[in-house]
Amino acid sequence: MAGYVPHTDEEIDAMLAFVGVASLDELYGAVPGALRLAGGLDLAPGLSEPDVLAAVSGLAGRNRAAELVCFAGAGAYDHEIPAATRALAGRSEFVTAYTPYQPEVSQGVLQALFEYQTLLCRLSGMEISNASLYDGANACVEAANLAVAATGRQQLWVSQGLHPHWRQTLATFAAGTGHEMVEAPLADGTTRWPADGEPAAVIVQSPNFLGCLEDLHGARHAADAAGALMVVARDPVASGLLRTPGELGADVVVGEGQPFGIPLSYGGPYLGLFTTRQSLVRRLPGRLVGETVDTEGRRAYVTTLRAREQDIRREKASSNVCTNQTLMAVAAAIQLSWLGTAGLRELAVRCARGTRYCREALLAIDGVEPAAPAPVLREFAVRTPVPPTALVERLADEGFLAGVAVDEGFEGTDYQGSLLVAVTERRTRAEIDAFAAAFEKAVR
Amino acid sequence: MTTSAERRASALSASGGRASSAPLLGRDEEPTVFDLSRPGRRAHSFRTTALPEWEADELVPSEHLRPEPVELAEVSERDLVAHFTRLSHRQYSVDLGAYPLGSCTMKYNPKVCDDVAALAGLARSHPAAPALLVQGWLELLVGLEDALCRITGMAAATLQPAAGAAGELTGLLLMRAWHEAQGQQRRRVIIPDSAHGTNPASVTLGGFEVATVPSDERGCVDLAALRSTLGPDVAGIMLTNPNTLGLFEEDITEIAAAVHQVGGLLYYDGANLNAILGVTRPGDMGFDIVHMNLHKTFATPHGGGGPGAGPVAVSERLVPYLPGPRPVRRPDGQFDWETPPRSIGRVHGWHGNALVLARAYAFILANGGDGLRRVADCAVLNANWLRRRLSATYDVPFDRPSMHEFVASTTSLRRQHGLRAVDVAKRLLEEGFHAPTVYFPLIVDEALMIEPTETESLQTLEALAEAFERIAGEAATAGGLEAAHAAPRTTPVSRVDEARAARQLIPTWDQRPASE
Repeated sequence: MAGYVPHTDEEIDAMLAFVGVASLDELYGAVPGALRLAGGLDLAPGLSEPDVLAAVSGLAGRNRAAELVCFAGAGAYDHEIPAATRALAGRSEFVTAYTPYQPEVSQGVLQALFEYQTLLCRLSGMEISNASLYDGANACVEAANLAVAATGRQQLWVSQGLHPHWRQTLATFAAGTGHEMVEAPLADGTTRWPADGEPAAVIVQSPNFLGCLEDLHGARHAADAAGALMVVARDPVASGLLRTPGELGADVVVGEGQPFGIPLSYGGPYLGLFTTRQSLVRRLPGRLVGETVDTEGRRAYVTTLRAREQDIRREKASSNVCTNQTLMAVAAAIQLSWLGTAGLRELAVRCARGTRYCREALLAIDGVEPAAPAPVLREFAVRTPVPPTALVERLADEGFLAGVAVDEGFEGTDYQGSLLVAVTERRTRAEIDAFAAAFEKAVR
Repeated sequence: MTTSAERRASALSASGGRASSAPLLGRDEEPTVFDLSRPGRRAHSFRTTALPEWEADELVPSEHLRPEPVELAEVSERDLVAHFTRLSHRQYSVDLGAYPLGSCTMKYNPKVCDDVAALAGLARSHPAAPALLVQGWLELLVGLEDALCRITGMAAATLQPAAGAAGELTGLLLMRAWHEAQGQQRRRVIIPDSAHGTNPASVTLGGFEVATVPSDERGCVDLAALRSTLGPDVAGIMLTNPNTLGLFEEDITEIAAAVHQVGGLLYYDGANLNAILGVTRPGDMGFDIVHMNLHKTFATPHGGGGPGAGPVAVSERLVPYLPGPRPVRRPDGQFDWETPPRSIGRVHGWHGNALVLARAYAFILANGGDGLRRVADCAVLNANWLRRRLSATYDVPFDRPSMHEFVASTTSLRRQHGLRAVDVAKRLLEEGFHAPTVYFPLIVDEALMIEPTETESLQTLEALAEAFERIAGEAATAGGLEAAHAAPRTTPVSRVDEARAARQLIPTWDQRPASE
């Protein structure tokens, strides 16, 4: 057994004597005898560290997906993570710190979060960013709750182009808050909003799940006509090329920050992005870092507007978030600074180039058809002569993770049964050519 | 007052858990990355792809294309590394020293778990990959769920919730779904007055109303008051056991019977699970729903405020309602995803904080059943040793054997010398320790909630106790209180003006006043 408890037997005896009990068992005098676990936990005995690593390595080795050339996306992308980001985000001072409740010894994390908030506001075109939420789906839930609280309305208009898992997560939490969800369907790859109703928010993702640009002016008009807030879900990499949602009138911008320095990690831990307008700052969920000074007038950072939060406001708090994803926010701040002004632009351009090249190569194959209009960033949907789940299995044998089948959340639509393919800056022409060749064989 | 020679001697006698007297470099401000930025400087480099070099305006319709790139920081890789390394020197952490934050269980995070999380087979798996291609991940998740159920005495679990509060809300939605399936609309959820703030906030988001039950003079749930609060509109009760005072709810069997009697469910807030590993199980106490904070009990690093993981385990009757999809082992031995028949739905974009789950799995493998019991034993022993030791200097309002933590108070020290809990906290920072949790639970005046955890040695506890005693002793001396009010002086910044931060909000570098 690996040992992380430092006590020697002699020390335990001496400590027991000081406490005034005869044995370790006696420490649990308050636990009724009938509740005591007889015979200990039904778990295997502890392993040495090398044995632990061998056991988990064995499991890790059975994840064939990790070895494939990745064309899967759907909200989780195979971007480059440079050595500098890994080294800095892996520093144990950041990794093993607690929430910065004592600002005098937490300036490292607090300043990194302040820089993160600044970067996020620039990417989204908004004025306020919180210090992170669990993931994109949960950020979207918090945006819906904010909109409901701000408008006093219960209905949400949710675009079908919003990630289906995010829609499902919204629906799960709506069972508690009582929100009514109205799904706005896609036609030609973009959202058709209802003509009337009293929504608290219109929630739209752009580029949407199928990779298509949405008409955010149209969404803003729909929101204005209905007196609602506009919540935009935005892949932050898109800001390398596209106008910010803030410029286009968003009230809240949410997103998934995984593309910035966070490994695919089988889906977590990721990073929930949440930015909004200054006028909504008192409804902001989660932590917010502000700049201030110490008693000697030196610049210092601290979590602020704390009266919003659950530990102070308790049942009146608009969010229950406590632990969030600080380390991921720090990683994103590092990665964005590694990219820099020109690098973010180049990252987005490189994704778009690979996407266009790959889409053209796949559409040149007999029987492969576009499932939605032309994409703008790094993802597109195609219809294939072979069902997408079978295609993904076949192409795995050729060394490719071919994409993600469009199914759940698109039942009964033209998009169901198509394959969503993503191309990041890591995919080379040789890889894409080989993929297209294997694809052609697999659909024959 | 101790002499400097004595201080040096005590510092030398302290093992790992005490940071040296100047652990953090730099009394100078660290510029922001934006201050360091110089136009044209760069750190990035990309893979050679040999793709056609289409320009942005050939790729994006012009009305959508932003004319100028978003302005980020422009720094060299060398500047970037120096900046974030210097920031890390301005940050306390478990790897640096003891972190006796009550209810946070800031134990040592084994490094082997870092190696586990870095395994390419785990870190490079795409979350939408078909089950066939991620059999190792699914086996790990099923194995973790099984272990967590054995530890808590429950039937099945969801691993999706990303933190404790997410687990709480998931549990409350399970409670709601269960009552609705019984054809009942129940309105109230009972919470003790010593509960964490996340509990009442989660209750509201779960669509319930909070009913608070007071603690009795022993610091436990007042059973008579609870009984008078119970009724047919009670959906359930949320309890932390041991509670936030570090005391085991001795009447838990009676509480469970009374709540079940009116058709309510019992929710176990697992914030303090560390105290009972291998000793007793929430399932045996009568709980129906249990959340665990893997970043506390199972030693996954807290990351400066996340990521955590908050799996929720349930008793047999609630299994059909669990969030889906769930990882399962099929009869043929293959692993797959399955959505329970009456699932409340997804609570996470994917499968939860998977790499955090993998770290916790490794921690459980390393400790095993026997090791986890030793975790609880030494956590409880450490807390009781420190409680006994400090009770000579500080008030300990509920001074009887505690579990993994205890609550001290400066009520008497404040009355006699003006010393407040916050002063003790700030002085401890100077002493090379992190502060305990202060002013919580709310039911104790000038509270210092102290949780040493099992990974601190006796020598660290002695050094910590001496620091506490020195602080109390100094307050009685001339100028002692002023020194406490001036603390901390050896940290990267001194006391921070929190009021100003709220009054003159500066939430980003771009919104700093022009004078700066």
